[in-house]
Amino acid sequence: MNNLHRTLIAFVAAAALALPASLVERVPATVPHGSNPFEGNPQARQAGKKLYERECSACHGKNREGIGKAPPLNQPEVYSAPASTLFWILRNGSLRRGMPSFAHLPEPQRWQIVAFLRAQAVYNEHDSHQGGN
Amino acid sequence: MQLICNNRILSGCFAALATLLVPPACRAGEGPFFITYTHQMEEPGNLEFASKSAMGQPAGCNFFFGNAAEFEYGATAWWTTELYLDAQGTSGQGALFTGFRWENRFRMLPREHWINPVLYVEFEDINGADKTLLEVVGHDGVDDLTGPNSEARQEKQREIETKLILGSHYRGWTIAENFIAEKNLAHEPFEFGYAAGISRPFALAASPGRCLACPENFQAGVEVYGGLGTHNDFGFRETSHYIAPTLAWDLAGGPTFRVSAGFGLTSTSARFLLRFGVSYEIAQIGRSARKFLGGAQ
Repeated sequence: MNNLHRTLIAFVAAAALALPASLVERVPATVPHGSNPFEGNPQARQAGKKLYERECSACHGKNREGIGKAPPLNQPEVYSAPASTLFWILRNGSLRRGMPSFAHLPEPQRWQIVAFLRAQAVYNEHDSHQGGN
Repeated sequence: MQLICNNRILSGCFAALATLLVPPACRAGEGPFFITYTHQMEEPGNLEFASKSAMGQPAGCNFFFGNAAEFEYGATAWWTTELYLDAQGTSGQGALFTGFRWENRFRMLPREHWINPVLYVEFEDINGADKTLLEVVGHDGVDDLTGPNSEARQEKQREIETKLILGSHYRGWTIAENFIAEKNLAHEPFEFGYAAGISRPFALAASPGRCLACPENFQAGVEVYGGLGTHNDFGFRETSHYIAPTLAWDLAGGPTFRVSAGFGLTSTSARFLLRFGVSYEIAQIGRSARKFLGGAQ
């Protein structure tokens, strides 16, 4: 292995280490912790589900299971994340990771998506009950 | 020659059709504008088909209809590339293909800010008969629309067009400003132009149920655009300017329809231009194609 290869491998490894595992971890600590105006609103959750299917499911999967490079969103890391963190990710996206900004959606719609994503546990529970019946 | 169309080919044809029709569609959410670009990029891997038409009848001239077929692809989250194929028809003069455009948009800042710049670079190879009117620059005016096609098509317009696109979202409003510089590669001077627009959906929050005519599926706006002369004759003298109210209707999970009525503001502008467009976006076209090819094997 020549020096060029070693340098390349070291560079790639350093880049990989510098890149935190998830977008949730990458959100700056300075993001203000605002609450979701639709928190606990079942109608908003339903609207968020509709918006998720239209805006997000092509990449993250219909059941939020993740496809390819797009990570799963049915994980505790997502539904237990602060609402403002998820809102920040929707607003800014991550050009490096191929996630576009969804700032073109009006703020209430982004909050509705956040309400849906954070209600994941509720939906999982609901789905398992449905499956059980 | 015998047409070979056995069962396998037929099923392949149906599968190809299904690939085009069935893959997940998503909102072609560019807003209601025809001329003004916002900083919104195509989502990576998505392909949008669109048709943008302009029609009018300048005083004392024949009715014309210009159309641009548009194929927009999100190469990455920061790079959108697009191909336009232009054509026009003029009453009494027939129809003709007028050329192509290849445009690229590059998002310059990784995060969302109050003002978000996008750099736009386009190469166009069209002729003088083009009537898609996708931008107005320099001293473009109604005279460009009145010449006979047989003469106008002789004029070659190989041009590089650049735009600085600035876009903002504020409380549900989308505000965008475009500054245009265009250079004909055949020793013509730089031409300048502008476009600006503001739009807003009828409702900011989405309704919980599925619906076609929910207020959040409609967007209204207004755009203004026009020429700013050339580098040795910069300004408003003998330039065209338009103001155009616009409306978009997004059929969730389906096509988006747009319509715009443009009114000329100066004596060199066409008095009235009607535009309409339809776009349809296929999400993750590469994945759909791979699925199709894999399924066909």
